[in-house]
Amino acid sequence: MRNIILGISAFYHDSAAALIIDGRIIAAAQEERFTRIKQDAAFPVQAIKYVLSEAGVSFDELTAVAFYDKPLLKFERLLETYHAFVPRGWRSFIKAMPVWMKEKIFMKKMLRKEFRALGATKNTPLYFPEHHLSHAASAFYPSPYENAAILTVDGVGEWATTTISYGRGRDIKILRELRFPHSPGLLYAAFTYFLGFKVNSGEYKLMGLSPYGIADDPQTVSFREKILTTLVDIRSDGSILLNMDYFDFATGLKMTVTPLWEALFGISRREPESEITTAHMNLALAIQQVTEEIVVALARTASEITGSTNLVMAGGVALNCVANRKIKDADIFKNIWIQPAAGDAGGSLGAAYAAYHIGMEQERIYFPGDDAMQGSFLGPAYSDVEVKQMMARYAAVAAHYPDITALTERVSAYLAAGKIVGWFQDRMEFGPRALGNRSILADPRQPDMQQQLNLKIKFREGFRPFAPAVLAEDAHLYFKDAAASPYMLFTTTVKSEWRIAPVKNAAASFAATVEESEPELSVASIYERLQQERSAIPAVTHLDHSARIQTVHRTLHPKLWALINSFKKLTGCSLLINTSFNVRGEPVVNTPEDAWLAFMRTEMDYVVIGNYVFEKSRQPTLPKELFKSFEMD
Amino acid sequence: MEFLHELLYFLKTRKKFWLLPLIIMLLILASLVALTSASALAPFIYAIF
Repeated sequence: MRNIILGISAFYHDSAAALIIDGRIIAAAQEERFTRIKQDAAFPVQAIKYVLSEAGVSFDELTAVAFYDKPLLKFERLLETYHAFVPRGWRSFIKAMPVWMKEKIFMKKMLRKEFRALGATKNTPLYFPEHHLSHAASAFYPSPYENAAILTVDGVGEWATTTISYGRGRDIKILRELRFPHSPGLLYAAFTYFLGFKVNSGEYKLMGLSPYGIADDPQTVSFREKILTTLVDIRSDGSILLNMDYFDFATGLKMTVTPLWEALFGISRREPESEITTAHMNLALAIQQVTEEIVVALARTASEITGSTNLVMAGGVALNCVANRKIKDADIFKNIWIQPAAGDAGGSLGAAYAAYHIGMEQERIYFPGDDAMQGSFLGPAYSDVEVKQMMARYAAVAAHYPDITALTERVSAYLAAGKIVGWFQDRMEFGPRALGNRSILADPRQPDMQQQLNLKIKFREGFRPFAPAVLAEDAHLYFKDAAASPYMLFTTTVKSEWRIAPVKNAAASFAATVEESEPELSVASIYERLQQERSAIPAVTHLDHSARIQTVHRTLHPKLWALINSFKKLTGCSLLINTSFNVRGEPVVNTPEDAWLAFMRTEMDYVVIGNYVFEKSRQPTLPKELFKSFEMD
Repeated sequence: MEFLHELLYFLKTRKKFWLLPLIIMLLILASLVALTSASALAPFIYAIF
């Protein structure tokens, strides 16, 4: 009999469902992709329906269902926190308790009710692995290693905010645990809030902003010192103690005690969408440096206490690809693998794995040198029939290229001519990154492409960087570290021969912007810095010459590989900009309809859906009611 | 009943019986007042509850 396990994450952020059969991943998807609500926290009805249909099973055929955390343990943490801080926290208490008393404390009952609505007629066994065990399982079991140190770092689960575990065979043993409220993830989130970005989605922006800071600027140095002396005490093993006088999240409804932060750093909290100043950039860099210090120390401890030469990681902080690079550079581990769905969505997969290997004591299958994530292409695919149905519905017009070579030759010619192309193929990615099946592609050699993509296509902040998708075999030509990086989870550095020497002291060259009263801040504005050409591939080279690369492998990404190869033949350039197929605030597209509508709502020139190429000028006008704006993230 | 059984088992395992009066109070209050409250999470805080 097959063991079919459904994993679920829900009710906080990034609801998702994953299905494994006899330890192999069949399907996984985030609910937001179906409901079109970014980071949808609702019970993942549609994602569950999808994973069941992909496996061709009904709910009653499931061997078990695993939910990605322990609700009662989380409730215990809440009550003890409120008790510890009483009377502070009454506002948060009043806000939190109705949700718990009404729903979350009766999680089992609530889940069973949802299962019945999905067709369940019997009580399938339910598992509740701890939140960080779910993360750890999502990192270890699909990894290509027989044993590994496991590092999970995020905001908070039940009590744990960070864990170090050891995985071997089918077992995971948690060895160290850092507990709420002392959390590297919440520390980073507090800065996300203070710098005017949305908590839980703006962390990427903070990371993207940090290279605009000037490392040796006295202000950056002073910010870093203030963080380390006043906000957080970092111990040698990487554990931290937050000074809770400065943080409001434990009991309040904000992340920071803002007046204290403003007094500490000498700047006001940045209003969302307001101008980004030099001080904001320097503060972003300072907290990025502190975070790197913490995760490198944690990785060192993980190495010491496990003795393993392999490291696997998950949890939201593991998506910080700049910090991941620091761990790599510290040369602590021989091998590092990071779960591509490292956030809470990936907890659904981890929960299913934990139920299978730990709960049901089933042996682990692993393939040395090859992970089990299948490129993270675990979501739905759509047939030509469905594409044609969409075309009929909207009177959309497309040219059909049944031959992949003809298709890639045509599309690479568009890209070489500076056109921006939506690229929609096969199964959707699981996790936050578009890895070539739901992507927007463009030529990275064009100096204005970064701004053009940000402002006209993605409708997001102009400073935000883009990632290069590079042919794996050519990565060494462009980048210092050309090791396989199929999930875009590490930054590397553009090789010196591709760089354009920066204007010596970028700061001084923009002296016109300098405030006389602040001579020490003699640096350029963010947009002036942005316009500095950094390399021959400027659109994917960050200000510090770093790039968050995706290596494209012929076996793992056959169509994207063929496209880039065709682009290379035409231009001599083996890489393309790869950014997720969505606009700001919108989840990545799922269906052909989502893709065509996103194409029509932006200034994208072409969209390729399967073998169909849609040219903007040939499409009918999109009716006003189909223009949709998404809530800004 | 299943919930009460699990809750007591949880408190016993975790040696947290001191939380019991608080939970009972909350359940009583919930049945009187909180059931009518909205359950939206605050928009500017990490979803810690």
